Amino acid sequence: MSDNILSLEGVRTNIAQYHILQGVDLNVPRGAVTMLLGRNGVGKTTTLRTIIGHWRAHEGRILFNGEDITKLPTPAIARLGVGFVPEDMGIFADLSVEENMILAAVSGPIDSARLEWLFSVFPALKTFWKSDAGTLSGGQKQMLSIARAMIEERKLYLIDEPTKGLAPAIISTMARALRELKEQGASILLVEQNFAVAKALGDTANVMDDGRLVWDGDMKTLATDADLQERLMGLSMETH
Amino acid sequence: MTAAPKHAPKMAQMTIAQRLSPYAPVILVVLLMLFGLVAIPSTSSWLTLTVSGLAMGMMIFIMASGLTLVFGLMDVINFGHGAFVSVGAFVGVSFLLLLENMTGASSLALNLTAMMVAIFGAMAATGLMGWAFEKVIVKPVYGHHLKQILVTMGGLIVVEQLIIVLWGPEEIYITRPEALKGAITFFGAAIEKYRLVAVGIGLVVFLAMRWVLQRTKVGLIVRAGVENGEMVEALGYRLRLVFVGVFIAGSALAGLGGVLWGLYQEVITAHMGNQSMILIFIVVIIGGLGSVEGCFIGALLVGLLQNYVAFLEPKVALISNIGLMVAILMWRPQGMIPVVKAK
Repeated sequence: MSDNILSLEGVRTNIAQYHILQGVDLNVPRGAVTMLLGRNGVGKTTTLRTIIGHWRAHEGRILFNGEDITKLPTPAIARLGVGFVPEDMGIFADLSVEENMILAAVSGPIDSARLEWLFSVFPALKTFWKSDAGTLSGGQKQMLSIARAMIEERKLYLIDEPTKGLAPAIISTMARALRELKEQGASILLVEQNFAVAKALGDTANVMDDGRLVWDGDMKTLATDADLQERLMGLSMETH
Repeated sequence: MTAAPKHAPKMAQMTIAQRLSPYAPVILVVLLMLFGLVAIPSTSSWLTLTVSGLAMGMMIFIMASGLTLVFGLMDVINFGHGAFVSVGAFVGVSFLLLLENMTGASSLALNLTAMMVAIFGAMAATGLMGWAFEKVIVKPVYGHHLKQILVTMGGLIVVEQLIIVLWGPEEIYITRPEALKGAITFFGAAIEKYRLVAVGIGLVVFLAMRWVLQRTKVGLIVRAGVENGEMVEALGYRLRLVFVGVFIAGSALAGLGGVLWGLYQEVITAHMGNQSMILIFIVVIIGGLGSVEGCFIGALLVGLLQNYVAFLEPKVALISNIGLMVAILMWRPQGMIPVVKAK
């Protein structure tokens, strides 16, 4: 089996008349945190949504653990062990925090040891366990969204901008959670605009522009090369 | 540099109105009953009308509950829902006519057995029909509201004509099983036995639906699916199967409502489902789209108001429910307990 848990080969995705992904080739190494970077509107979210099956690839192949999942329906992809945290968090606001977590435990009852670990990472979830998820603050909702994906061990986590719009203290909590997940050997494909978080967590980086992958390599290389950052993303990480 | 001010937010005290707001729909039902008690001169008449209103409300709830779930979960406007009411009534009544020796017997056990056979037969037939209706008529028009309205109305017309082909164009008169005929006297008020049975069945259906929705994982999936179907699928659940299951259950409930409504009216016609759709839609809209609780309370309001007004001012009864809908939508434009928020 390849060292890549996920591979995209020439993936093209159209939404209505717009050609959003125009031949994406992307590899996600097993047990690593792969950053997907780029300016707004270059196709990062569409890439994640195409992988999970919310939008269909019109051309190309998506291989997960060597299996072609391009045409599989979303539930089948999720059941192969892919956890998804969307950009809008996808919280069920009318359900309690507990019910959100019960629903996320697809294979059976919640594992109490794993839940205790999640409570240690996100104490707010324990405090608001019986509250409606809709009453949580933005940061707490994001914690719930990530915890929901982590309530069962997945082979791959697709996480879309988990720190977007959050206060620094909550960003630290998020980063800690993702670091602990990484230490457990999880494979993560992470879209992130916060370069401090990207630099701290990422093993490899992929930069997108105009619906294509324009650079891939070691995160450290990108983090230390201001000219490369400027050329690829029109900004320097050093300024962040 | 000065120290940051101590962060000690003050929580606003909730007013009594804010605290009571979630219970306002239930309070409205109680207020309506009190209004009836004051406006109707005789207490025994009020009691008779109240039980009658509750029975009518329960039957409307049973017919409408499936529609509200189908709309909430599947975003499908099913104008053909009335077809299941009509078919349920015809299948149920056919069973009762076949079992005439049981319904005419003086034994309560035999009467109830015949009723159960009729109810389960009607629910099985309409559940099966719901499965076919979803597959053939609704599935091709998911996401297209205008097409849904047109095609489901077309489906309703086809089903009505099929009923006429199978059972004939004449209305069928039916007498209730012996044990359900007549009335009991309670505090001087004559209360029909059948209405009490309808109230009982309605309550059982409501509590069962609440239990499934609140206490089971299937219920969680349905509630979450109403809110964000895409995310439910991303968790690994096949929402399409849940869709079909809800459609079948909703159709079977409409069939049950059809049997009860037919026995309540003691006459059935191919158009009875179509005619009941106005009340069903009023209940679904005022209850709040996708809400079983809202549908239940809305049905009780409609049933009670119709009975009180018909007694007090018969001419106004025709528009009382439309007036109720207008008043509730002015108060809560998304219905009393909305689950699906207007887009």
